[in-house]
Amino acid sequence: MKNYLQLNLSLLYWILIAPFTGQFFKIAPIFRQMVFIGVRAAPMVALTAFSVGVTLAMQAAHSLESLGAQMYIPDLVMITLLREMGPVLIAVIVIGRSGSAVAAELGTMKVSEEIEALEVMAINPVQYLVVPRFLAMLVMLPALTIFGNYIGILGGWAVCRFALDFNTAGYIMRALESADTWDLYSGMIKSAVFAWIIITIACNAGLNVEGGAEGVGQATTASVVQALLAMLVMNAVLTGIFFFAA
Amino acid sequence: MNSHGETIIEVNDLVRRFGDRAVLNDISFNVHRGEILVIMGGSGCGKSTLLRHMIGSMKPTSGSVKIFGEEITAMKEREVERVRLRLGMLFQSGALLASLTVGENVALPLMQHTKKSPDEIERIVRQRLEMVGLTGFEDLKPDEISGGMKKRVGLARALALDPELLFSDEPTSGLDPIMTAVVDQLTLKLTQGSHMTAVVVSHDMTSAFRIATRMIMLGHGSIVAQGTPDEIRNSSNPEVQQFIHGEPDGPIPLNLSQEEHKDHSHVKPRPFFRARGRFHRKTG
Ligand SMILES: Nc1ncnc2c1ncn2[C@@H]1O[C@H](COP(=O)(O)OP(=O)(O)O)[C@@H](O)[C@H]1O
Ligand SMILES: [Mg+2]
Repeated sequence: MKNYLQLNLSLLYWILIAPFTGQFFKIAPIFRQMVFIGVRAAPMVALTAFSVGVTLAMQAAHSLESLGAQMYIPDLVMITLLREMGPVLIAVIVIGRSGSAVAAELGTMKVSEEIEALEVMAINPVQYLVVPRFLAMLVMLPALTIFGNYIGILGGWAVCRFALDFNTAGYIMRALESADTWDLYSGMIKSAVFAWIIITIACNAGLNVEGGAEGVGQATTASVVQALLAMLVMNAVLTGIFFFAA
Repeated sequence: MNSHGETIIEVNDLVRRFGDRAVLNDISFNVHRGEILVIMGGSGCGKSTLLRHMIGSMKPTSGSVKIFGEEITAMKEREVERVRLRLGMLFQSGALLASLTVGENVALPLMQHTKKSPDEIERIVRQRLEMVGLTGFEDLKPDEISGGMKKRVGLARALALDPELLFSDEPTSGLDPIMTAVVDQLTLKLTQGSHMTAVVVSHDMTSAFRIATRMIMLGHGSIVAQGTPDEIRNSSNPEVQQFIHGEPDGPIPLNLSQEEHKDHSHVKPRPFFRARGRFHRKTG
């Protein structure tokens, strides 16, 4: 826990203070991480989001049919996706795919003395390794979430269009009417917070590995479990703040 | 006592314990500008640990380490970084960044700490790799080259910023005799005219006697002997004679069992495969 707080403080320094002392981030490593963390995860995100959209629409159809309120299916798909399912499920994918990879990569660097070598070359590991991953995650997770939302809405449309008697224009109209911008923004804020949680937990686990290859494996598993738990608890807290307390 | 003047490294009463085991026990020595100090000793006797204390990446249990006249054990991270810009370190494993190519590894300190143009960096990288006999390997990844080659790339990287002080952890292990001679020549050449000072850990006695201006032999956590190569060669200490001649019989204990080897007596034997013997193959 002490290490984790230290990592966060150091990260804040390198992001908020160091750029004003002339040590600006290098752009190329951030882009490389964005491709790895974000672009390569896009197919998995698309498949997940589509399945969720389809599932939500089918469940909504089932429940709303008895009330004769099938016209509200797009509302339900849209709101559930934007506020909850989009940010959470896409964070789950990114934890499993990118969070674990970052923990394993940094952990391997730790046990093979690469981190120590950086320090001896007077290169700060947080600046050199954590900052680009953090910024990439902070951009890509919300971006993936927006992308996933679109695909999920497409899944809902597929059910409405082909299994029920909605027409396309009707679905789009209804969906757009039901959601306001706050639904979108709240989801974006959530995924930015999740991005922070995921990448700091993964980097912290990697940088503190001890005990060779076995240690790398344990740290990777631990980081996935911790990130999942922290993300889900944080989601409940944020939903409480955004939609309950207000 | 020294003909070279300025003291670059001053280690006084250095003690380091891991748990209740003292790996370094009351170590004191000095290194002067332009010298090559060779540290010898059996595997696991604390040579790499000693180097780590000198570069400030481990903190001693007690004692003092001064580099360029400044106490490194008491420094904040920022100050340690400032000192580290003046030194280069070759790790025992090479410690190359696996995600970068050979050329990028050597270029890394230059890109991070200088404002040189890409062309100039490329020229320096090529020149450093040439010094260690690796012309044309710039674009390979560390996992595509042999262990000895990794060592030499690590050396090229350590030399990238023209350090005043070089630490080499077993620079010649894994190298053939010719490459060993090349690396030794390089170390000698760089220290000529007191340009650079070097601390070299080595098991390789030919190489050690070829380059050393002074030698230290470590054993059971303390300094068994120190002096010029001639003093070490003619030492009357039987442990030193056994080590430099590589004889199996002598005063240095072979760790035959844990009872005899008090250094590792804190490690409890762990039974595995409970009831059966340790390496008993289950049959039937
Ligand atoms: N981080 C550490 N934690 C616990 N023990 C360590 C650590 N680093 C080194 N040691 C112990 O210190 C001793 C010396 O190790 P090392 O300096 O690597 O030896 P050498 O380089 O001389 O072969 C070994 O017995 C090793 O087990
Ligand atoms: Mg060693």
